[in-house]
Amino acid sequence: MTALGSVQGSPHTRLLGVGSYRPSRIVPNSEVIEAIDSSDEWIQQRSGIKQRRWATDEETVEMMSIEASRGAIEEAGIQPEQIDAVVVATVTHLLQTPALAPMLAHKLGTQRAAAFDISAACAGFCHGIALGSDMVRAGSARHVLAIGVERLSDITNPLDRGTAFIFADGAGAAVIGPSDEPGIGPVVWGSDGEQYDLITQTEDWRYAIQCASPHMPTLAMQGNQVFRWAAFEMAKIAQQALDRAGVSVDDLDVFVPHQANMRITDAMARAMKLPDHVKIARDIAEQGNTSAASIPLALDRMREDGEAKSGDIALFIAFGAGLAYAAQVVVVP
Amino acid sequence: MATTEEIRADLAEIVNEIAGIPADDVQLDKSFVDDLDVDSLSMVEVVVAAEEKFGVEIPDDQVKNLKTVGDAVSFIENATA
Repeated sequence: MTALGSVQGSPHTRLLGVGSYRPSRIVPNSEVIEAIDSSDEWIQQRSGIKQRRWATDEETVEMMSIEASRGAIEEAGIQPEQIDAVVVATVTHLLQTPALAPMLAHKLGTQRAAAFDISAACAGFCHGIALGSDMVRAGSARHVLAIGVERLSDITNPLDRGTAFIFADGAGAAVIGPSDEPGIGPVVWGSDGEQYDLITQTEDWRYAIQCASPHMPTLAMQGNQVFRWAAFEMAKIAQQALDRAGVSVDDLDVFVPHQANMRITDAMARAMKLPDHVKIARDIAEQGNTSAASIPLALDRMREDGEAKSGDIALFIAFGAGLAYAAQVVVVP
Repeated sequence: MATTEEIRADLAEIVNEIAGIPADDVQLDKSFVDDLDVDSLSMVEVVVAAEEKFGVEIPDDQVKNLKTVGDAVSFIENATA
């Protein structure tokens, strides 16, 4: 029998560059409170959100992805043609098919890179990092571009008191490539499909279009149950990601959880007993919850503000609809 | 077996830690929402901390019935009896 050829990848990987794009339109709480009969104070107390960014018509998922990706590619110091795979995490590319990734791979100037979208909602970016890192280690790609992009404002119900003030738009991207030292720790990931209905589109497209009053489905969430799962179950997953990377909370410099809700971030940090020196991402206050885009956006703000610097040890954890989650320790590029 | 007062005092400590409410204010007749200003997310945190502290399970569908501190203390007393 003929033996098949095989390839070997790089033993280690790291983030070579990160980029992000914030939509131009700033929406303060005062713009969303009337429709939900709420107040700026209530929203801030409930979520830590002061304002969010919503995309304009020109700021499409494609446009925002390209802007974020260019930043990541530039920082990585590679040419687009060196990218072998493009992985896009999104739930708001509202064309069922084709995926967004092939068009982005083309417009960014890759040489027909492998390109596909993944659907892991708010957990998407960390799934993309995990896939990209494993592709580089396995030898199926040398450089992978992982993108998280959302226009959640398109699927937000402005009258829903539980979600109207939370969701927002934006994009983030990372280039993953080979490294001499480990720069991306082992992923800890999983799902809990028993809680499938905690965060979900209100109905499927066919029903929404064919029913008596056709409408856009929106995103609905059972806030208190999600809070409990995210704050407490995810703190355990975060600890497992640290353990698998051989890092203690004392070694950690930066904590970048998915920017779901400031209250979740605070409760997780308490449950994990993070020491005071660990800088915690709080981008949600100015940006809102951008699902798959929130971690790279939050990391970029911390880098701009000097809270995160190259070489820092950072913990990423992302969690959301599915329920699905993924966490890994990374070295900040 | 812990007394009602011991359970109340432990619960008061939890409410103090999570919501910053003086433990002495956390009395049996006080409503979490109306009197103590504990919002629903803080209530989730209180419930999780109480489950750990008292070794009980407080299902989501029971939480809405725990309107007063006394309701919560009774629930814990019954669950540990």
